[in-house]
Amino acid sequence: MSDPMSSTPGGPFLSVRDLRVHFSTEDGIVKAVDGLSFDLGHGRTLGIVGESGSGKSVTNMALLGLHDSRNTTIDGEALLDGQDLLTAPQRELERLRGNKMSMIFQDALASLSPYHTVGRQIGETYRKHTGASRKEARDRAVEMLAKVGIPQPELRVDDYPHQFSGGMRQRVMIAMALVCDPALLIADEPTTALDVTVQAQIMDLLKDLQQETGTSIIFITHDLGVIADIADDVLVMYGGRCVERGTKQEVLRAPQHPYTWGLLGSMPSLDHPVDVPLSPIPGAPPSLLNPPTGCRFHPRCAFIEQVGDGLCADAQPPLEVMDGRGAACHLGPAQRVEFFADFAGIQPN
Amino acid sequence: MFRFLVRRILGAVVILLIISAITFLLFYVAPRDPARLACGKTCTPQTLALVRRNLGIADPLPVQYWHWLQALFTGRDYASFGRCPAPCLGYSFHYHEPVLGLILNRFPTTLSLALGSAVVFVLFGVGAGMLAAVKQGRTVDKVASSASLIGSSLQIYIVGLVAMYYLVDQWHILSRPQDIPLTQDPMGWFKGLLLPWFILALIFTANYTRMTRSQLVEALSEDYVRTARAKGLSRRAVFFRFAWRGAMGPLLTIFGLDLGGLFGGAIITEATFGLHGIGALSVDAVNNNDLPMLLGVTLVAAGAIVVLNIVVDALYAFIDPRVRLA
Repeated sequence: MSDPMSSTPGGPFLSVRDLRVHFSTEDGIVKAVDGLSFDLGHGRTLGIVGESGSGKSVTNMALLGLHDSRNTTIDGEALLDGQDLLTAPQRELERLRGNKMSMIFQDALASLSPYHTVGRQIGETYRKHTGASRKEARDRAVEMLAKVGIPQPELRVDDYPHQFSGGMRQRVMIAMALVCDPALLIADEPTTALDVTVQAQIMDLLKDLQQETGTSIIFITHDLGVIADIADDVLVMYGGRCVERGTKQEVLRAPQHPYTWGLLGSMPSLDHPVDVPLSPIPGAPPSLLNPPTGCRFHPRCAFIEQVGDGLCADAQPPLEVMDGRGAACHLGPAQRVEFFADFAGIQPN
Repeated sequence: MFRFLVRRILGAVVILLIISAITFLLFYVAPRDPARLACGKTCTPQTLALVRRNLGIADPLPVQYWHWLQALFTGRDYASFGRCPAPCLGYSFHYHEPVLGLILNRFPTTLSLALGSAVVFVLFGVGAGMLAAVKQGRTVDKVASSASLIGSSLQIYIVGLVAMYYLVDQWHILSRPQDIPLTQDPMGWFKGLLLPWFILALIFTANYTRMTRSQLVEALSEDYVRTARAKGLSRRAVFFRFAWRGAMGPLLTIFGLDLGGLFGGAIITEATFGLHGIGALSVDAVNNNDLPMLLGVTLVAAGAIVVLNIVVDALYAFIDPRVRLA
C-alpha cells in the first residue's frame, strides 16, 4: 500500500517533464507524444482533453510502462513521488502498477478477462501486492464490490464479467483499480461507452471514492462536459503536445488557445437555441508521422492572419506557464481575450 | 450439461446415419460387382444369384440398407458365413469375418499411432508456437515461422522414406517401424512406433506452431491482457493466466478434429511404414470392393470425429464461462 503523504505536502505528487513517446512503424516514426509536461497535486483531478490521436492515452500508457518496448522510444521524466517511472526497471513497475498507480479503461467488457470471475480478478491484484491469502483476497473483493455500489456483492463476486451490465462492469473495473488504495488513478475514458445516466453515476462514484481515499486522478476524455464535472485542472492536448493548461475555471471560462475555443464551440449546450448549428473545428487531426511545421494547429486555425508573417507555420509557439496556467499560441495576451470574446459572441467587460 | 449431451448424441446418431447411407449409395454407384468378383471365371447366372444372396446384396438398395441397420442391433444370419452377432457391422466379403472384430483388431495400432503423434505435435507445435509468440519478431520467431512453413509443405511418404533410409538403415539410430502391441512388449512398442510418431507429427507440428503463434499473438493484443499488465502481474502470469487462456479454446477445437481424424486411420503413414492400422484396412476395403468393411471403417472414422467434437464442446464450456451448454 502506498502512503500519499510521503512526499512534500503541497508539492506535485506526479511531475511529468518533456515526455516524448515515439513509435517506430514501417512508414516512419510516429511522434505520438512530443514534449509534454504537467504536474498533478495530491488528491487533485487532472482532466486531459483532446481529439482521438492527440496522445492522451499514449501518455498514460507510458506512465504505467505499458508500451511495447520493442517499437517504442520514451524520453523525458515522470516522477511519481520522486521516483522516475520512465527509467524504473520492469520489476519495480510491476510492483507499482495496480498498487500505487492503477488504470481503468474505456471498454470494461473487453478489459476484464472473460475467463475469470470478477472476484478472482479483483482479488488477484490484492494478492499480488499484499501477499494476502485467497480467503482474504476474496473478502477484500466483496468489500470493494460493496464500496463501488454493486448490490449483493457476496453473491456477485463469483460472477463473470459478461453477467454484469455495462455500468456495473465499469464499477467492477473501478473496484479492481482501487483495491490496493492507489495514490494515482488513471481513468482512460471510463464513461465513454456508457449511456448518460450511468455515466453520471460512475462520475459520482469516482468523486466519492476520491473524497474518501485522497487518490489523485488523471481523467482522460474528449468530452468537455465530463471535464466540467470532475476535473480540478485541465490539460488540452493537440497533436501530441499540450496547447493549453490551467484550472478548470480558467480553461473553460477564459480559454486562450483557438483549439480550445473550437472544442467549446463544437459542444452542444442546453442554454443555446436549438436552431443554432454546432460549429465543428474544420479539418482533421494532424498526422503524427509528418506533423505540420510550426504550430501543429495552424492548418486548422482561423487566426493565422492575425498573427501574420507566416509565424504560425514557421515557429512552434512555446508553452509559457505561469502558476500552472498557460497556452501555446502566437497570439498575444490581449488578442487572446479579444478573439475569444468575438468567438463566444460576448463583449469583454 | 445432461441436456447438452442428450441433444448432441442424438445429433451424432443422425449424422452417422446420413454418412452410412451416403457410403452405401456411393458404393453402388461405382461400376463394380462384388458378386461377380467372388463368383470367379466359371460363373453361371444361377451361381451369381446365389453368391448375391449369400453376400446379402440380392435385395434392392433400401432393403439392403435396412438389413444392415437391423444387424447393428439384432445381429444377422448369413447363408454362407453363419451368424454375425449384434452389434453386427456386416460380414467382410474379403476376409470372411465380421467387420467389427477386424476393426477392433486393428484399433490398438491406430490408437497408438494417433495418441503418440498427438503427444509429439502438441508438445513441439504448441511449444514452438508459444516461443514464437513471446519472441514476436525476433530471430526465434522467424526461425519457427519459416520452419513451420517448410514443415507444412512436406510429404509424409517422401520424408518418411528418407528418414527410414538414413535413421534406420544407414545410421542405425532408430528401430525399424513395426506394430508390437503395448501389452506384449512396451519397449518394443515404443521403439517400433517412434519414427512413425515423429513423421506423422511433422506436418501437424508445423500447423500447430503457426496456429498457436497466431492465436497467442491475437490474445496478447486483447484489452484484458493489457489490464492484467496494468494490475502489476508478472509477464509470466499475464502470458499463462490470460493470453494462453484466450488462445486455448480455438486450438482445442482444431485438436479435437485432428485427433478424431487420426483415430480414423493414418492411411499414408501406415502405408509408408507398413503398419496395419485402420488406415491400411480402409485401403484394402476399397481395393477389394469390400462394402461392409468400407462402411465399417467409414463409420469408425466419422464416429471418432463426431464423438471428439462433443467432448471438445463440453470442454469448451469449462475453458470459456461465456459458453453455456444447453
